[in-house]
Amino acid sequence: MTTASERTQNDAREDARLRDELAFTWQLARGLRGWFSETNSQVIARRMLVTAFVFFALGGVEALLMRLQLMQPANHLMGPDRYDQLFTTHGTTMMFLFAVPVMQAAGIYLVPLMIGTRSVAFPRLNAYAYYTYLFGGLLLYVSLFTNTGPDTGWFSYTPLSNSQFAPGKRVDVWSQVVTFTELSALATATNLIVTILKLRAPGMALSRMPLFVWAELVTSFMVVFAMPAVMLASMYLAMDRLVGTHFFNSAAGGDPLLWQHLFWFFGHPEVYIIFLPALGMVSSIVVTFSRRAIVGYLPMVLSLVTTAFMGFGLWVHHMFATGLPQIGQSFFTAASMMIAIPSGVQIFCWIATLWRGKIELRTPLLYVLGFVAIFVLGGLSGVMVASVPLDLQVHDTYFVVAHLHYVLIGGAVFPLLGGVHYWFPKLGGRLLDERLGRVSFALAFVGFNLVFFPMHLLGLHGMPRRVYTYRADAGFGTLNLVATLGVFVLGAGLLVILVNVLRSLARGPVASNDPWRSATLEWSLSSPPPAYGYVHLPCVTGRYPLWEGGIAGVVRDMDPRQRQVLVTSALDAAPDHVYPLPGPSLWPFLAALASGVTIVILLFTPWAVPIGTVLGTICLCGWFWPRAPHEPLLAEQP
Amino acid sequence: MRRHAAARFAVLATGAGACGACDYRRGALDPASPDAMLIQILWWVFFWTAAFVFTGVLVALAVALYRGRGRATAQGSSPDVHPDAALERRTERAVLAATALSVVILVSLLLASVFGGRTLFRSPHAPLHAKLVAHQWWWEIQYHGKTASDLVTTANELHLPAGVPVDVELASADVIHSLWIPNLHGKRDLIPGHLSHLVLRPARPGSYEGRCAEFCGLQHAKMDLRVIVEPPAQFSAWLTAARRPAPPPATASAQRGAEIFARGPCGMCHGVVGSKASASAGPDLTHFASRAWLGAGALPNSALNLRAWLEDPQAVKPGVQMPPTRLPAGELDDLLAYLGTLR
Repeated sequence: MTTASERTQNDAREDARLRDELAFTWQLARGLRGWFSETNSQVIARRMLVTAFVFFALGGVEALLMRLQLMQPANHLMGPDRYDQLFTTHGTTMMFLFAVPVMQAAGIYLVPLMIGTRSVAFPRLNAYAYYTYLFGGLLLYVSLFTNTGPDTGWFSYTPLSNSQFAPGKRVDVWSQVVTFTELSALATATNLIVTILKLRAPGMALSRMPLFVWAELVTSFMVVFAMPAVMLASMYLAMDRLVGTHFFNSAAGGDPLLWQHLFWFFGHPEVYIIFLPALGMVSSIVVTFSRRAIVGYLPMVLSLVTTAFMGFGLWVHHMFATGLPQIGQSFFTAASMMIAIPSGVQIFCWIATLWRGKIELRTPLLYVLGFVAIFVLGGLSGVMVASVPLDLQVHDTYFVVAHLHYVLIGGAVFPLLGGVHYWFPKLGGRLLDERLGRVSFALAFVGFNLVFFPMHLLGLHGMPRRVYTYRADAGFGTLNLVATLGVFVLGAGLLVILVNVLRSLARGPVASNDPWRSATLEWSLSSPPPAYGYVHLPCVTGRYPLWEGGIAGVVRDMDPRQRQVLVTSALDAAPDHVYPLPGPSLWPFLAALASGVTIVILLFTPWAVPIGTVLGTICLCGWFWPRAPHEPLLAEQP
Repeated sequence: MRRHAAARFAVLATGAGACGACDYRRGALDPASPDAMLIQILWWVFFWTAAFVFTGVLVALAVALYRGRGRATAQGSSPDVHPDAALERRTERAVLAATALSVVILVSLLLASVFGGRTLFRSPHAPLHAKLVAHQWWWEIQYHGKTASDLVTTANELHLPAGVPVDVELASADVIHSLWIPNLHGKRDLIPGHLSHLVLRPARPGSYEGRCAEFCGLQHAKMDLRVIVEPPAQFSAWLTAARRPAPPPATASAQRGAEIFARGPCGMCHGVVGSKASASAGPDLTHFASRAWLGAGALPNSALNLRAWLEDPQAVKPGVQMPPTRLPAGELDDLLAYLGTLR
């Protein structure tokens, strides 16, 4: 016979013992070798986030330099060669090295915490994906800083990018960077899909999944279908340049338009790959700060899925000026306009949620409000460029530059910055300063519109994209000056965020588990969470577990001496079996290094393929070398 | 007075800054052909629809914020997980109504766009033919006549008769370029291996800016096409004059210049009809002196600029295929004198 208090004491003792054992089992690898062998998904996600933001800063500096060059007509800050390298690297960085990886990193960090598991499904693949991404990015910047940066645009149209018009190694670097970073994106997407479908907490049926997790799931499926197209295209390009195939050479039976189809079949879905996770962040923030359930959970999910499907059906609107047949163009116009509907549904649902909510106007929500204003404007100019006649005027002009930045900065970066303010306590363990947050928002919002709104007019008045200079009599001077001055305001806003983050890490107030009193599982953990995440894996009975009386129940009797996760069924998340995850290993790093070496050799000779095959085989043998059956890591405690 | 106020309002509303808008060439917003006019009308339809939708969304957001803030003050912050079912249904109906309205608006815009596009590309009969070949980084222009000797080849200046549709055949000699004359029509790409056509129907005489819109390498920025729309009689006069070979050099200096041109570096790439120079790798220079610009919009065509251009084209237009002309000072003067006679 035990009393209630004795039982509680026993439970607490038991929990403490579990914590110790889990901490030992999941401890981070130490030392230099340990740093490279670490596979813990929180650690890798943090590195990936930091790397992505470093690339964001580099891309931002490139943008600043370009704006300085365009500040006044006939400016002599730089010549066309430097300018072309800058705008190509800016586009490539922002798309391939910042936007996609940062959204995936957010997924890798948050998804396991939000769905109540300890790790992503394939921790070693995750580490491999990170290192390939890092090496791809380093390759691009080594080439930029040695003045061999790619200079044919982030879209690298042939024949401008073939060996006749782009001799040297610049385009080869570009195509390898693309192949490489997309390999990383594919690996991460696979990881996220399996994690989301198989590792959810018992009871977290698909219909109870947080919308952010839905967004990451849908995005990951899009990655799986879109990235192979661009990898194929960039490999064709590399082969045209390296071994003289003629995929894109019209003189030898190839076709430069094939490149455009392959590139945009990836390139347009890419936009949605970047901004769907951001919409998931918006949903999380709106729910938390309007203190109520989302209006229209089902339409929200269906909108995400519809966007993903439709996103693959409108790539031709990048090619209206190539003169495709009328009837085909009408189809793509229709698809491009109708994709506004699912985005509209989500905007309406968020407004309705705020309308019926009890709003707490904190910094993350400010960023979301800014997102709505900017993104709606970008969506509307998107409807304009979907129309063939209008697109023929504004295509390849500054109007499109304005449009795409409204969509990508408004649609993805503003929610991301909101997300940074929202989840920072969970990442850094400390609170950000609210006042600095508001200042950063005001500067970023005003600065952004100063930079990009005038560009709409510049485009209509006749300023084409990708020009390193313009004549004084063209009349573009005033608006370009306004745009350049705006960059300093926008940049100041971003710097304030950086200051806020550094200041908070140094001496910010320590965050409790749940500083915003949010609804989803990640807020039941300490800030930041331990390496193993949950002591007991939680069970879920609703969409908003922490608002519905806390965690409903826990999974017991898992072996803390093994890195175990609980595999559940894909639809209803019914417990199925316990699955042991592998621990730290140097092989993912070595395999990424082998891939990196292969890619670099491939810049010079096709013999890289056999060399890479040998290196890759060695690494994969090491990676998958069978281990002896599991030995308990801890001796039995007395 | 009221018009002035309206203009000031427009400037403020568009964020253009203090009366910067007055001296703009307004490009696509200043149509000089029925095609550009059609696109402009479509633009304003889309613009005002977008303005209406944008205002609607922002007003809804502002009201939502106001109500939500008020409720937070009145009711505190306990989360609302299971909201009142009837109220929730009403809210969802409002979302549905907004979605339905969006669908109606989008379908209307789609119809406007599709029918506008059909009108735009209903090829009218074009009595005049011209051919435009894009090069890195200049435009080659040909007018074909009844006989081979009627062929006119020129560069970077496209003359068109007002009110007469012209069928322009488009081709590229190297990479993808795109022809864009915002006052006359939308863009059309010039893709190697693909021939295409664009019918231009300039209505208002004047001089318009055309340029390459597709990134085509180092000097994409300096690849302008000056378009001169003239009344048909004036155009015919120009065409007749253009068919004539270059006048023989009159002065001794110009005669020496012609020799230097033909045997020196110029004649390797450039042609002048009526002289010994007949190459066609670079722009035809038969009537070079009557053109307004040098190097496809790089510099105004003046004696001073021409000298600078000849001495060091790379300083003016870095990457241009033309090498510097290294000649003794006297010979350069002769060459300039000759080029000045090519009217």
